Amino acid sequence: MDTIVGIINYIVFFAITAGTYGILSLGLNIQWGYTGLFNIGIAGFYAVGAYTAALVSGPPPGAWDGRIFGGFELPFLVGLLAAAVVCGIVALLVGIPTLRLRADYLAIATIGIAETIRLVLKNESWLTNGVWGLQQIPSPLYDPIRAGVTRFLGGHPDLPPWLHDLIFKSYNWFYLLLVLGILFILYLIMQRLVRSPWGRAVKAIREDEDAAAMSGKNTFSFKIQALVLGAMIMGIGGSLYAHYARFISPASFKPLYGTFLVWVMLVLGGSGNNKGAILGSFVVWGIWAGTDFLTGYFPFTATQAASLRIIIIAVLLEVILLWRPQGLLQREKRPPTILKKKA
Amino acid sequence: MQILSRIPQLLIYGVISGSILSLGGIGVSLTYSILGFANFAHGDFMALGAYIALGLFTLTAGLGIPSTPLGPLSFGFGFILSFILAMGLTALTVVLIDRFLFKRLRHTSSIILMMSSIGVALGLRNVLQFFWGPQPHYYIEKIQLAIVIPGVGVRIKPDQVFIIIAAIVSVGLVHYFLQHTKMGKAMRATADNMALARVTGINTERVILWTWVIGAALAATAGILAGIENKFITPELGWQMLLSIFASVVLGGLGNPYGAILGGMIIGLSEEVSTAFISTGYKPAVAFIIMIIMLLIKPTGLLGKRR
Repeated sequence: MDTIVGIINYIVFFAITAGTYGILSLGLNIQWGYTGLFNIGIAGFYAVGAYTAALVSGPPPGAWDGRIFGGFELPFLVGLLAAAVVCGIVALLVGIPTLRLRADYLAIATIGIAETIRLVLKNESWLTNGVWGLQQIPSPLYDPIRAGVTRFLGGHPDLPPWLHDLIFKSYNWFYLLLVLGILFILYLIMQRLVRSPWGRAVKAIREDEDAAAMSGKNTFSFKIQALVLGAMIMGIGGSLYAHYARFISPASFKPLYGTFLVWVMLVLGGSGNNKGAILGSFVVWGIWAGTDFLTGYFPFTATQAASLRIIIIAVLLEVILLWRPQGLLQREKRPPTILKKKA
Repeated sequence: MQILSRIPQLLIYGVISGSILSLGGIGVSLTYSILGFANFAHGDFMALGAYIALGLFTLTAGLGIPSTPLGPLSFGFGFILSFILAMGLTALTVVLIDRFLFKRLRHTSSIILMMSSIGVALGLRNVLQFFWGPQPHYYIEKIQLAIVIPGVGVRIKPDQVFIIIAAIVSVGLVHYFLQHTKMGKAMRATADNMALARVTGINTERVILWTWVIGAALAATAGILAGIENKFITPELGWQMLLSIFASVVLGGLGNPYGAILGGMIIGLSEEVSTAFISTGYKPAVAFIIMIIMLLIKPTGLLGKRR
């Protein structure tokens, strides 16, 4: 029974992480999948979201902290919204100089901003505590739930040990529901949005920007909106990570690996398909977690195993690009309603 | 005033790092102008070259090829031989990557190629990390005394003079190749308009092959020179310079190799001089900010053509 409880707990942990990646993947999907914007600074937006949430909802600087700012102990949702807003502003600043130019410039600028964000997190300790990171970020409703669980377990002392262990960890169940709930709400919003006139405009830009401009669309403005919207969603993902991990530091946001994983998730799931984005995040996170077990069977050192896992993901990306560029789920093709009625 | 007195010395460092950035930038610029995509794997080609040279150097030492330091330099014939062989082997590896991957994706969009190059970048870096580990490997263990240039009071090491000379020679060779050889002419024509070049009978596949060979050989040179300057290499060597290289290339004009040289020098100098005023940790951010300012003023770069 213990192993089963262990597996269940692992699955919960797995699903929380995969769900958070699903949110990032949804954010990237609106940028790349629907609008064709090549953002490779995902880790930067994710980090900004996490730090903003931590500074807004976390405790004020303690005696050991280098920072002299932040820690307003505001509710979880305020931190979440603040994370989205700050990420949106950063995206706006990146988009203005680059979105009038070819896609390559946006790519270079986003990786530049991600690197700059990482340097700021590391060096500006008055705000971020530098390499020591931010600690004791509160998880939403943690105390009431733990109190309830303790009371329940106290009232039922004769539970079998495995059930006791399972209930003991029930905060993670709550957090899983929270992540999946937010993921689902974002998914619904995105689905509505991509089928709206706005969605048709950005898809037109993806297919042929000049043609969209010829039809009277202000393509620059639409691209900015898509970039900002995607970044805001990534910020929400970052805030969910911060509240779950309860500790964040610059090392949590390796510039390229996180970004790369999200890209592979979206490309594998099917860019331009919101279901694909979410599916991809669970599949790739599954492969990523699976290779962790797999490399354990070989006589590799820990760093070798880590390298091997990234090589596997890199090869996976190239294989998809070569042989299945559309991903697992293809783009949704919805004929206009007028055509449907005729048929 | 103490800050100002440091500036002449920082300018020397700037020229050295600018030389390395320029060599990296030429490859990025050539690939961009011929194949039309920003190659994110270029930094890792540099690291690959540096590690191949390290491997060969160990091999030559084992074969008994003399490595007694040449004159005032801190490395000898064995190292220079490894250097040249590593340029060739890096070029070969890159051509193979092109055959198996980039060539097959060439009919898709430039963004797909860019995405694929990110995969190559991470793959290569982790192959290096798998075999050599993430820890630094020493290139040169000898401590070299700097020469003080009389009058100006700045210091420079013989190895650093070697770096600057090697960069000038490489740039000279590239210039000769582009301007005075048939392949160079074909390359410029292909960069201008690939379809038109093909119509006039230029074998564009051969042009692409040469683009990779030259880009990779220069990447290896840049990686090895960076190894000489830092005295050690890590698998992250190229990635750490990639942002500055991109900034150089955009500053000079994306797709123009001469722009890459100019941009590399400006970025190298600005990064080093900036350390007199702000934290050294912000070097890549300095390059990034210069790039953004350039994009706002003139997106085609200093030497770029109007598009």
